[in-house]
Amino acid sequence: MKPRPFDYVQADTAEEAVALLAEYGDEARVLAGGQSLVPMLNLRLIDPQVLIDISRIKDLDAIRDLGDKIEVGAAVTQNKLMAWAELKQKLPLVAAALPYVGHFQTRNKGTVCGSIAHADPSSELPLALAVSGGEVVLRSARGERVLAAAAFQQDMLTTAREADELVTAVRFPVMAGQGVGFHELARRHGDFAIIAVAAVVAKDKTIRVGVGGMAGKPAVRSVNGDAAAAISAWAEELEGYEDLHATAALRRDMFRKLGPHVIAQARKGHTGGQA
Amino acid sequence: MRRVNRNETTRVSLTLNGKTLSAAAEPRMLLSDFLRHALGATGTHVGCEHGICGCCTVLIDGVAQRSCLTLAVQAEGREVTTVESLAAADGALNPLQQAFRNNHALQCGFCTPGILMSFTDYLARNPTPTTEEIRDVLSGHICRCTGYAGIVKAVEEAAKPLT
Repeated sequence: MKPRPFDYVQADTAEEAVALLAEYGDEARVLAGGQSLVPMLNLRLIDPQVLIDISRIKDLDAIRDLGDKIEVGAAVTQNKLMAWAELKQKLPLVAAALPYVGHFQTRNKGTVCGSIAHADPSSELPLALAVSGGEVVLRSARGERVLAAAAFQQDMLTTAREADELVTAVRFPVMAGQGVGFHELARRHGDFAIIAVAAVVAKDKTIRVGVGGMAGKPAVRSVNGDAAAAISAWAEELEGYEDLHATAALRRDMFRKLGPHVIAQARKGHTGGQA
Repeated sequence: MRRVNRNETTRVSLTLNGKTLSAAAEPRMLLSDFLRHALGATGTHVGCEHGICGCCTVLIDGVAQRSCLTLAVQAEGREVTTVESLAAADGALNPLQQAFRNNHALQCGFCTPGILMSFTDYLARNPTPTTEEIRDVLSGHICRCTGYAGIVKAVEEAAKPLT
């Protein structure tokens, strides 16, 4: 299908985009890579008055090393981050998650921040940001604020972003030397995950585990001792929603199987890969 | 800042397979429709129009992406490369196309233009892919005829250095 009519504005700077958001608020949608937004437009699931295109804003197309964090700008595509020379060493969890994000062709256009701002409950980058304890940078005409991933994503496709705010960047803590694991189950590689699991072993051996696709947003907690028992009990607590791909019971079962596997992967200090 | 209001048309200029072309487009016009209907380049096919099937994949500034998930106005000033660019002027197939023919990598051919463009980009980045890497790139396309085995073989053949 084709989108309904909308006004289109291509912003040259973040300031222009923020001024437009101040003017239009929730009647506007921000277009970066468009790999989630344009399908929703084409399927007429959304009907914005105006699209604010930020994809050509040079200032937002940068990966910056802040020392203890890596900042990824709102126009950086998933494949650009995947090709970043220091990714595996500094952000091993992101390196393990990115190959699961869409397909080669959609990663060429889809942005890291766009995926996080879209906040699909089963999507990989919001999960990686949540498990890493990363943050989201929001800018509006009122100023800038930084939210922790857990405070940013509130529910399915719902975030704490105010209508006049632009996500200008996300920041992932540097995880050099930490063991990570990532794996997901989907009908076909690159499709939406039925469930996705990420794990990080910190230097003090604490394990942080996150699961996507079991609730409205990624669920994250620290798991100690017997991993299988802890995951099994946790799976019971999660609502595990139902759709045509899987029942809640199947999702819980998948988590019981996949959780310990991903934790073992992280303990080995491997950086993901196919199981 | 460039602004185009709904129901207004604007002139979009781009380079299509080396030629500079321009035509009018509304903001909501998809690049896939712009190529086919405004510029008459019907080699690019349109399947699902939500980024799943991969038929409409073209190169924009050399990078493979879905033309159905790009607005025509976003392609302003860009270099767009489509399946029409692959064969020589006399119709001789390029090595990737010839490998598709040799390996029965197509039957109805509807999905083929997109697959050829994906691997045109991918083989330029990674000239010696593993079978697994080929399958990974191919997962961004849907083919209902071949069962994919012929396509994988064709890409492997095209990637082999000529002896």
